Amino acid sequence: MTKVLMKGNEALGAAAIKAGCKYFFGYPITPQSELPEFMARELPKIGGVFLQAESEIAAINMVYGAAGAGERVLTSSSSLGIALKQEGISYIAGAELPCVIINISRGGPGLGNIQPSQSDYFMVTRGGGNGDYRHPAYAPATVQEAVDLTMEAFNVADYYRTPVIIQGDGMLGQMMEPVEFNEPKKRDLPPKDWATKGTGGKREPNIVTSLLLATQDLEDHNWKLDRKYKEIEKNEVMYEMYRMEDAEIVLVAYGTTSRIVKNAIETLREEGIKAGLIRPITIWPYPSKAFDEIPDSAKAILTVEMSTGQMLDDVKIANEGRLPVYFYGRTGGMVPTPDAVIAKAKEILGGVE
Amino acid sequence: MAVVFGRTKGLTEKQTHYCPGCTHGIIHRLVGEVLEELDILGKAIGVAPVGCSVFAYEYFNCDMHEAAHGRAPAVATGIKRVLPESVVFTYQGDGDLAAIGTAEIVHAAHRGEKITTIFVNNTIYGMTGGQMAPTTLIGQKATTAPEGRKEELAGKPIKMSELLATIDGAAFVERVSVHNVANIRKAKKAIKGAFETQLAGAGFSIVEVLSTCPTNWGLTPPRAMKWLEENMIPYYPLGNLRRPEGGK
Amino acid sequence: MATEKVIMAGFGGQGIMSAGQLLAYAGMLKDKEVSWLPSYGPEMRGGAANCAVMISDSPIGSPIIINDATSAIIMNLPSLDKFENSVVEDGVLIVNSSLVKRKVSRDDIRVYYIKATDIANELGNSRVANMVLLGAYIEITKIVGIDTALEAFKKVYGPSKEHLLPLNKKALEIGAAEARQTNFK
Repeated sequence: MTKVLMKGNEALGAAAIKAGCKYFFGYPITPQSELPEFMARELPKIGGVFLQAESEIAAINMVYGAAGAGERVLTSSSSLGIALKQEGISYIAGAELPCVIINISRGGPGLGNIQPSQSDYFMVTRGGGNGDYRHPAYAPATVQEAVDLTMEAFNVADYYRTPVIIQGDGMLGQMMEPVEFNEPKKRDLPPKDWATKGTGGKREPNIVTSLLLATQDLEDHNWKLDRKYKEIEKNEVMYEMYRMEDAEIVLVAYGTTSRIVKNAIETLREEGIKAGLIRPITIWPYPSKAFDEIPDSAKAILTVEMSTGQMLDDVKIANEGRLPVYFYGRTGGMVPTPDAVIAKAKEILGGVE
Repeated sequence: MAVVFGRTKGLTEKQTHYCPGCTHGIIHRLVGEVLEELDILGKAIGVAPVGCSVFAYEYFNCDMHEAAHGRAPAVATGIKRVLPESVVFTYQGDGDLAAIGTAEIVHAAHRGEKITTIFVNNTIYGMTGGQMAPTTLIGQKATTAPEGRKEELAGKPIKMSELLATIDGAAFVERVSVHNVANIRKAKKAIKGAFETQLAGAGFSIVEVLSTCPTNWGLTPPRAMKWLEENMIPYYPLGNLRRPEGGK
Repeated sequence: MATEKVIMAGFGGQGIMSAGQLLAYAGMLKDKEVSWLPSYGPEMRGGAANCAVMISDSPIGSPIIINDATSAIIMNLPSLDKFENSVVEDGVLIVNSSLVKRKVSRDDIRVYYIKATDIANELGNSRVANMVLLGAYIEITKIVGIDTALEAFKKVYGPSKEHLLPLNKKALEIGAAEARQTNFK
């Protein structure tokens, strides 16, 4: 396939369409508006529907309806918009419907600003709405990976009947990189025999609901969901180990921050400091097993985020107290520089000996 | 022996959970009959609200989707946009539609969404135990208006049908009541008109049904019917506010 | 090759963003790894516009340029003030001297003054000033050929702008010729 140069936001939309998504419901918000704009142009051409909703809440509930009717459906937003969507995401998780949600995040809390940020980590990895649920969350680092993971996300959503989040940031959404569209790996997808498409007079009515008033029923349902999440944890973890074979210092970073960290690692290695990177590609399920593969040469872990330290919790859980864990973060749209990461790594190694 | 009265195919065999004397049962039956008579049960998808009729999905004999509080019109929009040949309806109470879901109903009407809404107005939050609704009448007592609704605190009760009738996308808007047989007949006619509006692709359709809540009003069912007639109808006048051109 | 990191900056409407995209596209057509990162948000509205383009033989790490630009194409004075110090030693700074009246204060970089807006006006379309400067950049760095840039032009601007191809070709060529005339002693 030939490569095309595409903006992250548009490539995400194109990937969704390639994955068979014909429906998009959303609400404008910077820095992801090119995505709904792209869908508004492209979906009518393939007989699909783009609809601009009156609010984020309405948009996610339209997604809830469309997903219940058995179609592949997408919504996208940014940070505070995703926060508003949590009501619907919780219902969709509870009712076990598939859909894909793209978060091109920005600085917070509140209105924050529109610059790149990774401060939605808690919201997208802990089940951001009410109730006992999780959903897969993919954190692409390049536009190509954003495309691949979006196509994969629709399969994962259908396979497990779960909402799936693509977690990017303003930088990924706005930048252009070459992309090609490749088929994701085949999955044996179950038929959507639960969909509310009308009985046609041929079967008993289907009911989509997350309401289970009887306590035992709800507990059974919650454990059923939990078994599903365990299955996802077993099968769907993705991560990259970069120059880890002899690493003395292990950096951990995801998304666009991982690219900055890779630059820092190159410079550190040129200076004779053996640095490596664990890059979570799924931030839920978290690649805890990557931490079991850390070589004996490692003396410390340095987590780098565009937040005050959210993934840091998962790093500490995965590390299980084996190595000292350090943190370097910038927030508010301030992006870590390779030089600052390098300085922090040197400071840590100087102190660890 | 000839059967002169039977269960409509539009409803399941499930016994409802509604309080004695509650008019939800009548309204369910009217909707069920219309779905059966128009022969659209097989392509109907209903959206249930949060409120007393939260279990509506167990009573209507068609595919059903349970929505979050107030969001039924958004969920119905998602379904209808995916399945334009289907018949999609929401069944919502006054807390659901006229308070937390105001944006969703206004914009569904505004887009001319080809769905039908059955709006049950009993001037109170029933399921949660009798709190004041946006539709509660001035002076009417509620658990969150212990001395009765005061205009200076809570404003006047909201007239959703009049509000929605100002919107061009709302093709069919009618307020009916079910407090006696004559009005029940009119109510059924309106509900049928609303679904026919959807089938004709004319736009959004809504029927507001004035309803009773004997339990939370603290009245016997007959006295509740009388209270509706004497207090609600003067403030919420019955009648058609909008219908498609050429419609009956 | 080392990673080429180019800042392009000016004000909105000077074709900064599209010239950057064109360069990235041309790099891609030559099988290079590329990235294009714009400034975005309110600062784009009517005011400054800038983007960062990277071209490399190996995968692009961070797409952000922080004081390590190998080249900068500067189309107005505020952009020179902002980015003059972002270019590495021995780097290239190409200035639209039609609009930027001051000289660059550094002497450790190669500076090219090109009257891009005047040249574009002589060509009959002030909007091709970006192409004049891009032509100079291509000539100086030899990162791609003008033919590749023109191929990329078709991709970036689409079929509706193909009639502008001869004009843009001329702008690129004049820019390249201007760069050749600049002497470093």
